Amino acid sequence: MSIDTEKIRAGIEKELYVNKYNVDEHQSHLRVKDPEVCNKCEDKPCTYLCPAGVYVWESGQLTVQYSGCLECGSCRFACPHDNLEWGYPRGGFGMVLKMG
Amino acid sequence: MPEKFDVIVVGAGLSGLSAAYTMVNKGLNVIVIERGDYPGAKNVMGGVLYRQPTSEVFPEFWKEAPVERPVIEQDMWLLSDASAVKAGHRSEAWAREPYNAFTVLRGKFDAWLGQKVADAGALIVPGTTVVDLLRDGRGRVIGVRTNRPDGDLLANIVILADGAVSLLSEKIELHTRWKPNQLALAVKEILAPPGKSDERAKIIEERFGLAPGEGLTIEMYGALTKGMVGTAFLYTNKDTLSFGVGALLSDYAEFKQNPHALLQIAKQHPALAPLFAGCEVREYAAHLIPEGGYDAIPPLFADGVMVVGDAAQLCNGLHREGSNLAVTSGKLAGETAIEAHNKGDFFGKTLSAYAAKLNDTFVIKDLRKYRRASQHMEKNRQFFTSYPAMLNNMATEFFTVDSVPKREKQWKIFKMAGNKLKIAADLWGLFKVVK
Repeated sequence: MSIDTEKIRAGIEKELYVNKYNVDEHQSHLRVKDPEVCNKCEDKPCTYLCPAGVYVWESGQLTVQYSGCLECGSCRFACPHDNLEWGYPRGGFGMVLKMG
Repeated sequence: MPEKFDVIVVGAGLSGLSAAYTMVNKGLNVIVIERGDYPGAKNVMGGVLYRQPTSEVFPEFWKEAPVERPVIEQDMWLLSDASAVKAGHRSEAWAREPYNAFTVLRGKFDAWLGQKVADAGALIVPGTTVVDLLRDGRGRVIGVRTNRPDGDLLANIVILADGAVSLLSEKIELHTRWKPNQLALAVKEILAPPGKSDERAKIIEERFGLAPGEGLTIEMYGALTKGMVGTAFLYTNKDTLSFGVGALLSDYAEFKQNPHALLQIAKQHPALAPLFAGCEVREYAAHLIPEGGYDAIPPLFADGVMVVGDAAQLCNGLHREGSNLAVTSGKLAGETAIEAHNKGDFFGKTLSAYAAKLNDTFVIKDLRKYRRASQHMEKNRQFFTSYPAMLNNMATEFFTVDSVPKREKQWKIFKMAGNKLKIAADLWGLFKVVK
């Protein structure tokens, strides 16, 4: 089964505009431990199950668009190779939910 | 020398604030550290808040708190691709005190709750992330390290109320990393009908058949989760709707599904689309829900530390209960901390009273009762796929008036059920899991 990640990402991108974020311009709270592991990863579940479309496989590498992260933690537990260094944004940064 | 408190609570959600409120009311010196800009800024649930367990800690909270609507009707829908079988219960008694449940938006509710706990005397520090726990040479938890410069704080007890991901309890090896089938990933949109607040409220009441101020909840099973073990939900807020869909995290990976796409498709189901007509998205959130059940509950205490709420996997997915388990566990951890404070002993042996107390409540009793439910559903996907579809086909046949004599129709419906022995076995299996 294939999944059209580009189309899904376009939908998500539009959706994230409604949210409020206090983006930490200096550091990402998400980091790939070893890019080579991603390269070899067959399914790359992070590229399709992230609700914020943070992970994009582009020209042979995984980019992490952390600014839209919804901080749910799914990628951390779903990564089959434990290849993500996952933390919370620094205090006060990241998403700011008004309704929650 | 870092500042020292009686108790540090990590996380200003329902469990953390319940613990803090219980303790400051008995005079303990309590600090609550919250990574969001304010309590609620990171907190997500469906969400239904239950009156009785919550008022055990915050008596008559609904008189001041920003609750959305009292829940007077609770519905369950079983969906096929294009139809729905509906069941539910409605009672006007639930529109009055003492109430059963309220819909809430945690961004607003927790902000209010945080203020209430602060007014009672707790020091609430938002915008600060706890990055590690401090331990002495013998492994006893003695404080926390925050992301602030010189951000170490000391305490006799640390209460971990850091939510479903709970990096901190993993750090001190109370549990290993949750497996993807011990968590559900839910996404939710806040949807607003057109107009000003009072116009929107009126639209909601008209669409859902509610009197002014009353609310309802709908839990949905079947086609919306596309074969995954999961549910969808729709709750009425004051002037918005909360609509979400959730499934086991392992299932998204296996079924190659994206939660946002799943939610967009769900909104177009013919039984739902008219309810969302003209609505715009106001907020989009995602959250992990502990689904590991009884067998996933980590040790609830160690020397100098207790774990509460989602961080301790205290969630009853089958009954969509979580907020009540959070409040109750927070309260009991708070009471245990008071006893420990009075004794001046903060070792695990004293804090074990928290686990003993929790064992005697509905929290552990219910989770133990349903300990096999989540795994059973994972192995019996027909409850989410073929059975809802079959029931819809049967209902369609039953309600179609087409000059077929009733005896013939009944026989036709009976035959639709296919293998009766298999159904009997499945129902028996389900009964054994929930009995």
